[in-house]
Amino acid sequence: MAYFLQQLINGVTLGAVYGLIAIGYTMVYGIIGMINFAHGEIYMIGAFIAVIGFTLFSGLPLVSAILLVLALSMIFTAIYGWTIERTAYRPLRNSFRLAPLISAIGMSIFLQNYVQLLQGARVRPIPPMIKGSFKFFQDSDFVVNLTYLQLIIIVSTIALMTVFTLIINKTAIGRQQRACEQDKTMAALLGVNVDHTISMTFIMGAMLAAFAGVMVTLYYGVVHFFIGFLAGMKAFTAAVLGGIGSIPGAMLGGLLIGLIEAFWSAYFTIEYKDVATFVILVLVLIFRPSGLLGRPEIEKV
Amino acid sequence: MSDTVSNTTSGLPPKPEFDIAKIARELVITFAIGVGIMIPMVLLRTVDVRGKLVIEQHWQEMFFALILLVVGRFGLILLAKQKPAFALIVGVIMGIAGWTITFPTEVLEVFMLAAGIILVIRALLGLWRQAKGVTLNDIENGKKRREELLKNSTGYISIFVVALAIFLPFLSDILSTILPSFLGGDSSFIAGLSTRYVIDVSTLILTYVLLAWGLNIVVGYAGLLDLGFVAFYAVGSYSFAILAREFDIGFWTALPLAGFFAMMSGLILGFPVLKLRGDYFAIVTLGFGEIVRILLLNLYDLTGGPDGINGIPRPGFGNVVFFKRIKEEGTQTFTDFFSNTFWQIDYSSTHRIIFLYYIVLVLCLLVAIFTMRIRKQPLGRAWEALRENEVAAESLGINRTNIKLAAFAISATWGGFAGAFFASRQGFISPESYTFIESAIILAIVVMGGMGNLMGIALAAIILIGLPELFRELDEYRMAAFGFGLVLIMIWRPTGLISFRDPTVLLFGKKNKKQQVEEIAHD
Repeated sequence: MAYFLQQLINGVTLGAVYGLIAIGYTMVYGIIGMINFAHGEIYMIGAFIAVIGFTLFSGLPLVSAILLVLALSMIFTAIYGWTIERTAYRPLRNSFRLAPLISAIGMSIFLQNYVQLLQGARVRPIPPMIKGSFKFFQDSDFVVNLTYLQLIIIVSTIALMTVFTLIINKTAIGRQQRACEQDKTMAALLGVNVDHTISMTFIMGAMLAAFAGVMVTLYYGVVHFFIGFLAGMKAFTAAVLGGIGSIPGAMLGGLLIGLIEAFWSAYFTIEYKDVATFVILVLVLIFRPSGLLGRPEIEKV
Repeated sequence: MSDTVSNTTSGLPPKPEFDIAKIARELVITFAIGVGIMIPMVLLRTVDVRGKLVIEQHWQEMFFALILLVVGRFGLILLAKQKPAFALIVGVIMGIAGWTITFPTEVLEVFMLAAGIILVIRALLGLWRQAKGVTLNDIENGKKRREELLKNSTGYISIFVVALAIFLPFLSDILSTILPSFLGGDSSFIAGLSTRYVIDVSTLILTYVLLAWGLNIVVGYAGLLDLGFVAFYAVGSYSFAILAREFDIGFWTALPLAGFFAMMSGLILGFPVLKLRGDYFAIVTLGFGEIVRILLLNLYDLTGGPDGINGIPRPGFGNVVFFKRIKEEGTQTFTDFFSNTFWQIDYSSTHRIIFLYYIVLVLCLLVAIFTMRIRKQPLGRAWEALRENEVAAESLGINRTNIKLAAFAISATWGGFAGAFFASRQGFISPESYTFIESAIILAIVVMGGMGNLMGIALAAIILIGLPELFRELDEYRMAAFGFGLVLIMIWRPTGLISFRDPTVLLFGKKNKKQQVEEIAHD
């Protein structure tokens, strides 16, 4: 029981991170219908900025250092998100479906190697910053550990997702985004600046990914130029699992993927945890072809 | 939109307004964005100093990169505003600066020089157009004319390309015999045409052509986005390696068997997922690609795990073994084999390379012929019908699952052949060769080639595989340039390099092809 509870905590922490990245995929997919392959790299850049920030501000008090790094990472990563959309995707917006996909793959390869060239190919570590944990529920000799950091990740992710949901549901920019998702031409006719809205989508997605990047940097303590690929793929799987285009779906999908990974590694073999993730994705899609919370598409001739 | 409207009324390209304040604003924005992009990556660098992470500050590099960015943007704005003369000046200055001034890093110099050259070329083109009074309509017409010309001459071009490919290993011998020395018959360029290196790179390119033509059946014809094609490539490679090594089966038996295993894996993987649509299909295939890679890494007894399999036998021909160091009983070497016949060939180590080259060339030609034929068969037409409109095709009685499964299986078979060939050429395989990036490169070749156009795909393979090979020395910058190049090419030609497609079905045979194509175009 204690072991189970521990895995639950680990899984939810991991799931929170995947959920944050998955939102970026799902929003971009919802609004322009493309898989943003470079989103994993955006997250990686966010994590790298966190490493740089934590190294630079190692003299500051802990709380202010974390807040400062979070803010800086989100701002700079947002600039990256905006620039990628502007240079690699906007010129291809009205061309056929696979052109932006290839452009995104190209961007992803480029960013990976760009970071590798400039920041080095080695793993970049930071010292552990938040230590300590709540210990509770002792079962024979196994103690369940909820580290402060895990608690921070889970709570801040819930807070961020709440704020984000409010932005999408209550504010003007959220309304514009939902309008563009439904029908870009109609939205434009009603006075929505479509280009601006799409840019905002990329900026928001990048900020969420940067937040995830900072949290992961704190959690694992190491960053590498290649981490974006696997995290991006998991997050994309999460977005599809939850039903791509649906923001609550992305959160749910992320949580599920995190839990599957944690439990599979704990109870079965750690080598095959990614296989388990994909097999469950396939099973879900066979029975619910548009994901858990996705709307089924109605196709007409 | 408004540009084209005003253009059709006046017939001349519109003169965009030249507002200095607006341009200045644009440049300031570019500068600000550049600062934002560069601070975390160019200015601040993480460096390992005796096990401790230190942040270095590269102000100089950032300063020069910013200048490059803003000046380049200024040149592009000038071009967009149709001031090619000014753009030419900017381009020349950039070129000279890149050539003479010493920048903090060589990359920046190369960038500056390249940007300058591109600006100069585009500006000269603009000047030439202005001088001749070329309108936008003329440009469009010229494009159409060139496309038409290309379309009509595709047949001849493909014959020429195939002939060139067939004679490539002997090209320098042939040319140096035919051409007299004053036409460069004995120049080093001609001698360099058939070197071991060129044939080796050509073999690599042809392997990718084979893979891309295989994927093309699924992506180009059936319209399914497969992001895990590398899975079949891997299955082909590993089944070939295991068959050839463990069961001692020869190349020519193991090759079709490897294709068969790849096909079976295509059927097994394809069956549960073909119901899925669009991008759901894409993510599941991506997942399969990863699953296969993880299995290869972990099924240690069968695949050797991360160490891979080595000592895979090279292809031979019957009892003619080409390239064993130690001659075994009852086998002949290439030179032995020919010494009994009319041709007497001296031993050369390039024979092996040439032999491999011809194997993959023959495989490619077989696939090309098969693909061209099957497009016209009911199966190929059903693929295209499904691609164009799934619901309509289904209501006309096409069995969606079976037709898609056929596409999946055939394309997997070609992938398996390519994998088997790759394994036997390398002699060593490991899971590292079968990552997602391979799938992405193959898909990029298909899309860049124009989806469904065999010639275009071959051209794209030459560009995407051959060009980076030329720049092997720039190893660390190669992949970054590759990624950026993909973006640029897609923006330049979003529908692919050669993007026309003849209608598959022609009612009255070839005779009235032209007329029919015109009729279809008019509809």
